[in-house]
Amino acid sequence: MDNIVVEALIRALAVGTPLLLACLGAIINERGGVVNLGVEGMMAVGALAAFAVASSSPDANLWLAVGASMLAGAALASLHAVATVTLRANQFVSGLALALIGTGAAGLLGKKFEGLPLFNKVADWNLGGFVINPFTVAALLLAAALAFYLNSTRSGLTLRSVGENPAAADVLGVNVGAVRIWAVLAGGSLSGLAGAFLALSYRASWADNMTAGLGWIAVALVIFVGWRPLRAVLGALFFGFLYYLQFRLQGNSPIPTEVFNAMPFILVLVVLALAGLRGQQGDAPAGLGRAYVRGER
Amino acid sequence: MTQPQPASSRPPALELRGITKRFPGVVANDSVDLTVDGGEVLALLGENGAGKSTLISILYGLYQPDEGTVSLGGQPVRIGSPAEARKLGIGLVPQHPLLVSRHSVAENLALGGGQASRGGGLFPARGVAGRVRELSEKYGLEVDPTARVSDLSPGEKQRVEIIRALLGGARVLILDEPTSVLTPQEASGLFRVMRELRADGRSLIFISHKLDEVLDVADRVTVLRRGRVVGGVPTAGATRESLAELMVGRGVDFTRKRGAALARGEVLLDVQNLTASGSRGLPALRGVGFTLGRGEVLGVAGIAGNGQSELVEVLAGLHPARGTITLDGQPLTGGAEARFQGGVAHIPEDRIHSGTVPSMTVADNLALRGYGRSPLARGLARDLKATDERARQDVEHYSVATPGIHTPSRLLSGGNIQKLILARELHGQPKLILAVHPTYGLDIGATDQVHRVLLERTNEGAGVLLVSEDLDELLSLSDRIGVMVGGELRGPFPVSEVTRESLGLLMGGAHPHSIPGAGQGVVA
Amino acid sequence: MRFIPLASPSAARVGLITLASVAVALALCALIFVFYGVSPAEVYSTMLRGTLGDSIGLAEVGRRTIPLLLIGAGLAIAFRAQFFNIGGEGQLLLGAVFAAGTALFIPLPGPLLLPTVFIMGALGGGLWALIAALLRRLNVNEILSTLMLNYIAVALVTYLIAGPWKGKDVRGYIYTDSFPDAANLPVIAGTQVHWPTLVLGVAVALGLQWLLGRSTFGYALRVVGENPGAARYAGISSARVMTVVALITGGAAGLAGAGEVAGIHHRLLEAGQISLGYGFTAVIVAWLARGNPALCLITAPVMGIILAGGDLLKIDLNMPFRVVDVFSGVILLCLIASEVFVRNRVVWGARA
Repeated sequence: MDNIVVEALIRALAVGTPLLLACLGAIINERGGVVNLGVEGMMAVGALAAFAVASSSPDANLWLAVGASMLAGAALASLHAVATVTLRANQFVSGLALALIGTGAAGLLGKKFEGLPLFNKVADWNLGGFVINPFTVAALLLAAALAFYLNSTRSGLTLRSVGENPAAADVLGVNVGAVRIWAVLAGGSLSGLAGAFLALSYRASWADNMTAGLGWIAVALVIFVGWRPLRAVLGALFFGFLYYLQFRLQGNSPIPTEVFNAMPFILVLVVLALAGLRGQQGDAPAGLGRAYVRGER
Repeated sequence: MTQPQPASSRPPALELRGITKRFPGVVANDSVDLTVDGGEVLALLGENGAGKSTLISILYGLYQPDEGTVSLGGQPVRIGSPAEARKLGIGLVPQHPLLVSRHSVAENLALGGGQASRGGGLFPARGVAGRVRELSEKYGLEVDPTARVSDLSPGEKQRVEIIRALLGGARVLILDEPTSVLTPQEASGLFRVMRELRADGRSLIFISHKLDEVLDVADRVTVLRRGRVVGGVPTAGATRESLAELMVGRGVDFTRKRGAALARGEVLLDVQNLTASGSRGLPALRGVGFTLGRGEVLGVAGIAGNGQSELVEVLAGLHPARGTITLDGQPLTGGAEARFQGGVAHIPEDRIHSGTVPSMTVADNLALRGYGRSPLARGLARDLKATDERARQDVEHYSVATPGIHTPSRLLSGGNIQKLILARELHGQPKLILAVHPTYGLDIGATDQVHRVLLERTNEGAGVLLVSEDLDELLSLSDRIGVMVGGELRGPFPVSEVTRESLGLLMGGAHPHSIPGAGQGVVA
Repeated sequence: MRFIPLASPSAARVGLITLASVAVALALCALIFVFYGVSPAEVYSTMLRGTLGDSIGLAEVGRRTIPLLLIGAGLAIAFRAQFFNIGGEGQLLLGAVFAAGTALFIPLPGPLLLPTVFIMGALGGGLWALIAALLRRLNVNEILSTLMLNYIAVALVTYLIAGPWKGKDVRGYIYTDSFPDAANLPVIAGTQVHWPTLVLGVAVALGLQWLLGRSTFGYALRVVGENPGAARYAGISSARVMTVVALITGGAAGLAGAGEVAGIHHRLLEAGQISLGYGFTAVIVAWLARGNPALCLITAPVMGIILAGGDLLKIDLNMPFRVVDVFSGVILLCLIASEVFVRNRVVWGARA
């Protein structure tokens, strides 16, 4: 019995880790007022970049691989930043384009890595009998750090103000565009990091479409957790647990596999609908999704 | 126009020389000269479009002047942005508070730095709270630093803006139509604060078009008309009439636009025990009941957010409510379209965001009410010829100034958009006209036209429910006036029995019995 | 850099900037190809030669154009109502499912079968989009919901063809039996261009253009899309308009799905084989047409070239078909980013 609980927790944490990382990233840019639906794409390029570096030689530096993933995520996000912040393009559609570009480019450029071995994957840590992945530790620490940053630092206050009422921040001398661009880049780098976890640890390989919709779930998760980093931990665990259920029940039940494959996506719909019923959309930053144009209300 | 030189030889705290600002097609400011001394309140007076907003924007760094100089304490300065203006000691209390509603007062004040906030990068709101209490006490600016801005009243939000300007070290404080959201009593509270600040040696620029207030609080008045300074006088010795004449350029009649109040005629609209909840689930209307006679103008006063919007929306069929409404003896039911068909016209509060579709043409906007029925449609198809024909007639009849009927309505001025809405709403013969802030932001000419059209319709037997924040407008047009407070309707009282002051007390929540005059036949 | 709003941008400006943004997109894609290790010149010449160079290529473009036209025209309407339907893919699949179910299991006399197949296809797609419209009433963003519905539709198709609908004599493969002959569409000889669906597509595009510009519903739709506040004020029910819009846009995609299975595959098979990402590419078709269904008659073939070209790149240059996603994404991004240049004049230097 105990074994099942521990196994469930471990599995939930494992799938929950990329969800949490990407969700935290999206919280950063959404609290700054910019929606980025391109998480799936940024995760994909992050995974590819990490794998490309890590598989380049048997003694490749894994830190370098992680860094590459974050850079790749941020690089893709920079397209979104320019399009939506500088050129005021529709944030939702731009994010969609980003998802297409990211998954497409990763699929294209990653073809030569398909089936390659990874010499040294990121190993789990054994903390006094409790085995945990370094990425998971990082994600949990990041969640706490982000909560502190948003609520208790001047820079976090500035970020939140830009997301809530950019005009108010603007007249006080805050450079709204710069804050938003940084937020989008930070969000992208965390999505990239989520991809690195998949490529370096969880799957320890590269395959086309290895993100398998996790990015979209992360985007929905942001709404579900009400844009709060600490709640994101619980939300990610919840979805992680669902994936574990899917894994456990598959094959052991008369329900066909496809139903399980569709389950996270059905659940996202249910969760979003519940969030809507509870009026949770009201927690969204007031300036979310709209380009800021000085002098326009 | 030369200003009288101050007694001392000290340079004025703020001096504008020859400020000119042009926009495509207009000269918004035409070599404007203006000075304010330390310890002085200057009123800047002018109609909408006279160039006040442009001048403020220049002072606050939002625009750069094409010509002219701004000097502070004798030093010419360049004000590149609002942040630079604040650094130079110029603060603005905007007409619509620019605050983050979800954040606390302290968080709002900690944003963007300022003198009080040199507390490092952590816990920014903590450092500011003490300074806020200090300023609150010194100037009588009561506000709780831990309160959420969304829970504050308009007056409290304004105080937050003033504190913010003071925290930023403002020596010159610009107040842009600060009393438009306040009851007369709250306004006097504000004036007390302004006098304190003046006594402290600060300079205040007070923008208003309410002449009584200007005479009450300002030391000097500078009047703008069509972008130019047309006069500068000390308030001592000035009168309402003399200031109005300067502002408008001709004599202004302050008598009622409407003749004597109407003898109560036949009841047109009967509203009983109306109860509705607002957007946040709180009760917005609590048992509102009144009648409106044929040909009557019923004014509704109140501070924004006391249920006026909901009352109008309920009557227009846009908001659910319990209670009974009868119009002309028939129960008034159904949605917005059915009610319009049944003779309820609605001139909405927000003419851009609900009254029109700015991207659509004038002709399409004029069809917003009738697009789906004959004569503007045949079956499922629109009759574009008939639509254009109707538009041409309406544009001519209401003299809407537009390049053409196929011009997008966003290119029209506010006055012309309002005329467009009037033309559309008054098409056919509405029995009941719901008019919400119908002249807000319009110049005197357009205001006159709107008032005339509304009064014409009452002569034809229509009833008008006039919701306005402008007490002068209400007193000038209404037969009776009610006041909305906390979702309840006080009154309505015959216009002869109320004054600006008694209305103000009612708006502030006083009970009618405690107000001398109200409901007891005291003539204004 | 500052933007000065233009009163009303001229058609020439719109056209020129649209062309320029597509050119920028192709240049950006070229960069990615260099990174991948092929010469962009080779990529583009392969695509052009193989699509516009001969009649086989043209027929391939034609075949891709059909679903793009149908879905694109429907999306154009949806975008005008600010209903960002990204689920064309899933709606196409549901159309294919309903169409296949009809063709395989409903015994109807020959001449009635095909019309029923199409009607059921439209119904399937429409109902799938309707889910998103209903969720929107709960404030669920339709971009997210339609995307999730795409994934769910793929799972549904897989489940059907591997489970209850698996063909009797297909052995190890997962697809259904072939449709009866009466449920198969005629094609232009020697090609896979099922012309009845093409005709239907042209009719839908023109019909929706009429609906948008001349009908009372089109007027209501534009008011809802351009100013929801005014729609509420005038008593136009946004929810009802969205419901109809969802049925139209999903229905058009469902027609496309019916056309694909009845015209080309003659059976229900794996999602990836029925649709090559038509739902996503059609987003660009509609965006290029700037919300005008009739203009999709031009933009659908343009994107058809890219889809057909993607196939050629896979065969001739051994590139993954993912290359099409790159094209779609980059073109879409450039298009929406160029919008600001359509609506504004650009002035360099300090602000006034």
